[in-house]
Amino acid sequence: MAETTLGHADHTAPRPPGLRGFVADWSSDQRAFKGVSWGKAMMWIFLLSDTFIFGCFLLSYMTARMSTVVPWPNPSEVFALHLFGQDVPLILIAIMTFVLISSSGTMAMAVNFGYRRDRRKTAILMLLTAALGATFVGMQAFEWTKLISEGVRPWENPWGAAQFGSTFFMITGFHGTHVTIGVIFLLIVARKVWRGDYETGARGFFTSRRGQYESVEIMGLYWHFVDLVWVFIFAFFYLW
Amino acid sequence: MAQVEAQDHGLHGHAAATHAATHAEGQQHPIKLYLVVWGWLFILSACSYAVDYFGVHGYLRWALILIFMMLKAGLIVAVFMHMAWERLALSYAIIVPPLVILVFVAIMVVESRYTEITRVLSFGAGP
Repeated sequence: MAETTLGHADHTAPRPPGLRGFVADWSSDQRAFKGVSWGKAMMWIFLLSDTFIFGCFLLSYMTARMSTVVPWPNPSEVFALHLFGQDVPLILIAIMTFVLISSSGTMAMAVNFGYRRDRRKTAILMLLTAALGATFVGMQAFEWTKLISEGVRPWENPWGAAQFGSTFFMITGFHGTHVTIGVIFLLIVARKVWRGDYETGARGFFTSRRGQYESVEIMGLYWHFVDLVWVFIFAFFYLW
Repeated sequence: MAQVEAQDHGLHGHAAATHAATHAEGQQHPIKLYLVVWGWLFILSACSYAVDYFGVHGYLRWALILIFMMLKAGLIVAVFMHMAWERLALSYAIIVPPLVILVFVAIMVVESRYTEITRVLSFGAGP
């Protein structure tokens, strides 16, 4: 099996500019994604399929909210926290947003230091990303606990349309699962970076291919996607 | 998605410059770029939170929410996920299919209006 065709592809393949280049790539034999390794292309395609899953969740939420004749609970009030003697609207969600954006920033830096072959900084930044991700999940658990104790269930809630609970638990639950899987994924890759697996080209446990620092970037794609989904959930579910 | 396109063009010159300068493996961009984008994501998030905090309502609220959302999504995809530096063959394959969801949205808007009208006519309740 030739490593050159499956591993890091060369970036030198000539290409006409603009739309002609796009058509030339797609109509060429053997591979459409030139200059992109199989790992990165597969991660992107997985993320595309995940986009459709979250797209369908948000669509079903939209349909439920638009077609109900019972008033929808006001998320600004539902997610308010009583702080310093007053109700601050949506504050926990805002903090969660900032935590997740920060984790995306540290992840982007980790990818950058990975390609610079700075093993120590890469691993530390990835662990920081994982810590921020775990913080996010912790805050989500707090939010769920608060809402459940206030009587929100998938089939009813004290404030209005019953579909509020089911869409809330489904959408944030699925997103939280993604964050949790991302944290585990981050810890595994950070350990590999720390051990120097990508320097020596040690073989991985799943595909038994030689490790490269591109794995950090592919890991980063997944993590940024989790952040990206939160941007849409924040806008449509919490702010709308 | 127009923002993604705009950034795509804006960043191309910069990408060519860094590529020539470093010649290293993979995606190499200055740390400053990530910090600037990070800062903008914070500002945009603060703006969208402010929309709720100050209780903006009606079409202005929805417009602002959508604008801040698209700007944030565009920055994350273009810079953090390096889509601005990928070949068009990959960018189009990933970015164009989700746009088809908008057709689905249009279908479901019609459907949910119909459901709502049916509920009001059949059960009498309603806004």
